[in-house]
Amino acid sequence: MKLNNIDWNMMFEALKETLYMTLWTTIITFFLGLLIGLILFLTSKKNHLLLKLTNGIISSLVNVFRSIPFVILIILLVPYTKLLVGTMLGPTAALPALIVGAAPFYARLVVIGLKEVDKGVIEASKAMGANTIQVIYKVLIPESLPALLSGITVTCVMLVGYTALAGIIGAGGLGQLAYMDGFQRGRYEITFVSTLIILGIVFIIQLIGDSFTKLVDKR
Amino acid sequence: MITLKNLTKTFQNTVAVNEVDIKINKGEIFGIIGYSGAGKSTLIRMINLLEEPTSGKVMVNNKDLTLMKKKDLRLMRQKMGMIFQHFNLLWSRTVYENIAFPLEIARVNKNEINKCVLELIQLVGLVGKENAYPSQLSGGQKQRVGIARALAIFPEVLLCDEITSALDPETTNAILDLLKDINEKLGLTIVLITHEMHVIKKICHRLAVLEKGEVIETGPVLDVFTYPKKQTTKNFVKQIQSAEEQELSISHLVKKYPEGPLVLLKFIKDEASKPLISTVIRKFDVMVNILQGKVIQTNNGSYGVLHVQMIGNHVNEALSYLKSVGVIVEVITNETQ
Repeated sequence: MKLNNIDWNMMFEALKETLYMTLWTTIITFFLGLLIGLILFLTSKKNHLLLKLTNGIISSLVNVFRSIPFVILIILLVPYTKLLVGTMLGPTAALPALIVGAAPFYARLVVIGLKEVDKGVIEASKAMGANTIQVIYKVLIPESLPALLSGITVTCVMLVGYTALAGIIGAGGLGQLAYMDGFQRGRYEITFVSTLIILGIVFIIQLIGDSFTKLVDKR
Repeated sequence: MITLKNLTKTFQNTVAVNEVDIKINKGEIFGIIGYSGAGKSTLIRMINLLEEPTSGKVMVNNKDLTLMKKKDLRLMRQKMGMIFQHFNLLWSRTVYENIAFPLEIARVNKNEINKCVLELIQLVGLVGKENAYPSQLSGGQKQRVGIARALAIFPEVLLCDEITSALDPETTNAILDLLKDINEKLGLTIVLITHEMHVIKKICHRLAVLEKGEVIETGPVLDVFTYPKKQTTKNFVKQIQSAEEQELSISHLVKKYPEGPLVLLKFIKDEASKPLISTVIRKFDVMVNILQGKVIQTNNGSYGVLHVQMIGNHVNEALSYLKSVGVIVEVITNETQ
């Protein structure tokens, strides 16, 4: 293996692209997933017809998008990506597919986290006259924060993998480098180093996620 | 203050609360006692409409809560504090922030919150624990936070849902003393539910006994204690009588003291504080042998139970004298037996 075959500038560019895709999708997935999760949680076990309908529709959409393998999802979304971003190549073009792939997954994790919130505490806040908005941002979110944070950490790690997959069909980043320049041209040292960097990114994400989770958990 | 009219709650064919009528006066501590499954939790949670009644009315300050719009109901709830068996504190908030919570909900400004919370921390005796998280507190301290939180909004009514059931006896007493203190200082109306007669005895003015969703007995604590009518009530009253007073030991006493009639005397309120026994001894020339007895202090008077043996020629006169001054006399054995 010859490390001097590696174009470090290219490697750095690829790293930047991977981080760009991971960071933005994680941020957008966090808010989108939280929103969907909250809607799912708040509309569950309600007798109102409209709420039941909302819950049913969103729930099945989440299930559908979570069930489609990510590689197929990217291909399916190509026409919409073109419409939205103007191209189907490059990191920005990968964002819609990454978000559509990750947000339903995170939404499920959010629902699990919200279900863990003590029912008694929610009841107590209602007994104090809190409205739904106050229950959400004063009780539900703070009381489920450790679960929300560890959930987004898991999602973020998964997204690093997704960006590599997106790289194979032209999104750029370390995945594309490892596949196109490394595998297809037989320069395995590039594949090897890309993999090491991806591993590094995952470790750092897990470390940051764990320490934040620990910091907010006062139980 | 609070009037419950024909209040009924059914859950899928089971009647949890059945046509309950209760009137609770301003400034009193009203206890609702019942075994688990009697419907007391459902009942107290209908007072602030956490549980929606199937039928009937909940009147607080002459306003019918069941007819209120959601928004008005929320405002009404902000005037009713509630304390829970399992405290229901937010683990993500410190003691200070937990007490500030209802004030934040009522959109009180920061300076006022600060003033109010510090006062409450003082009132419930948690000075120095402001920045502790609930996980760092003992059960009793958590309940103090729960009480402070319920008081933060200056409620007119305090609803207590089995608040001492998760606490040890000593802590229970301390918490009850605190509630009594608050009731006297702030004059607020307290409704509490419990399965422990001890709690009722210690702080309540009036009580209702709940069985299978129905109120089977109600009245001032002392009256219900002295004249329990229904079996369930009698069982509850037995809870606070110590083991020696139970029938088993009484039959033992009968064997041990066969010379004269064994009499159970029950004193209520004023009689309990008069020197009636010495009066009887002097007036009727009888020997009174006190076998066992005790005086129980409740929140609206004392209540005494005395097992005595009377020996002499004027025992019957002495007994009718005691009856005439209001003592309840139960002859357990006669000397002829």
